Amino acid sequence: MKIHIPTPLRQYADKKDTVDVPAKTVGEALSGLVSKHPDLKRHLYNDDGKLRAFVNVYLNDEDIRYLQKEATPVKDADNISIVPSIAGGKQIGT
Amino acid sequence: MLKIGKSEWEAIRRHGEETYPHECCGVLLGHAEDEVRVVTSTARCGNTRTDSPQNRYNIDPRELVRIQRQGRERGEDIVGFYHSHPDHPPRWSPTDLAEAHWIGCSYVITSVDKGVAQITNSFLLSGSEESDKRLVDEPVEVVEAAARAESPARS
Repeated sequence: MKIHIPTPLRQYADKKDTVDVPAKTVGEALSGLVSKHPDLKRHLYNDDGKLRAFVNVYLNDEDIRYLQKEATPVKDADNISIVPSIAGGKQIGT
Repeated sequence: MLKIGKSEWEAIRRHGEETYPHECCGVLLGHAEDEVRVVTSTARCGNTRTDSPQNRYNIDPRELVRIQRQGRERGEDIVGFYHSHPDHPPRWSPTDLAEAHWIGCSYVITSVDKGVAQITNSFLLSGSEESDKRLVDEPVEVVEAAARAESPARS
């Protein structure tokens, strides 16, 4: 299956925009990705080994948080997208 | 440095006027040429911070997945993002920095005073990881039309 790497993380994945990994679950796919490109690990996971809060993982068009998280089963034709969050704002006052 | 076509530049400024007094937000697509991010199209996004749209913005990641896929089909990559600051200076806020995670991408901010777009600035999210990231002023070159990458964005 294909994992799509967002632009800021490609420098840790040999500049690739997609990485193919064999996997039966989302968790296996992410483990396979990190085994191939170990430098990605600290950018995806915190010190407790959990996905960083701002790292969204989508299986096709679904957020894995609303599926079975990393235990979500995957098929060869599926696509995983790693999408860091986009947010901000002036915040102060109104 | 950010290089952007005139129509894309005007589109992001107009977006800020249309959503005033709320913040607008969207995605800049194109390609990178060394240290220059070339914007060849933009994608408007909805602001999901309906609880506080006058001073916060958030892009639904699902919308981003779709935009990324459509960009890929045209040979375009995500090179940055934009949003507006209604009645507020076009400088990044502590919230903007805390919630910026796309290192190496441009974050464009337009000030919109009383519904009229004023100054648009661009900031590069620089650094190597979350602990040392910073937003740095970057020059903007507005060109008549920015050319798309000749070959697909990346292998």
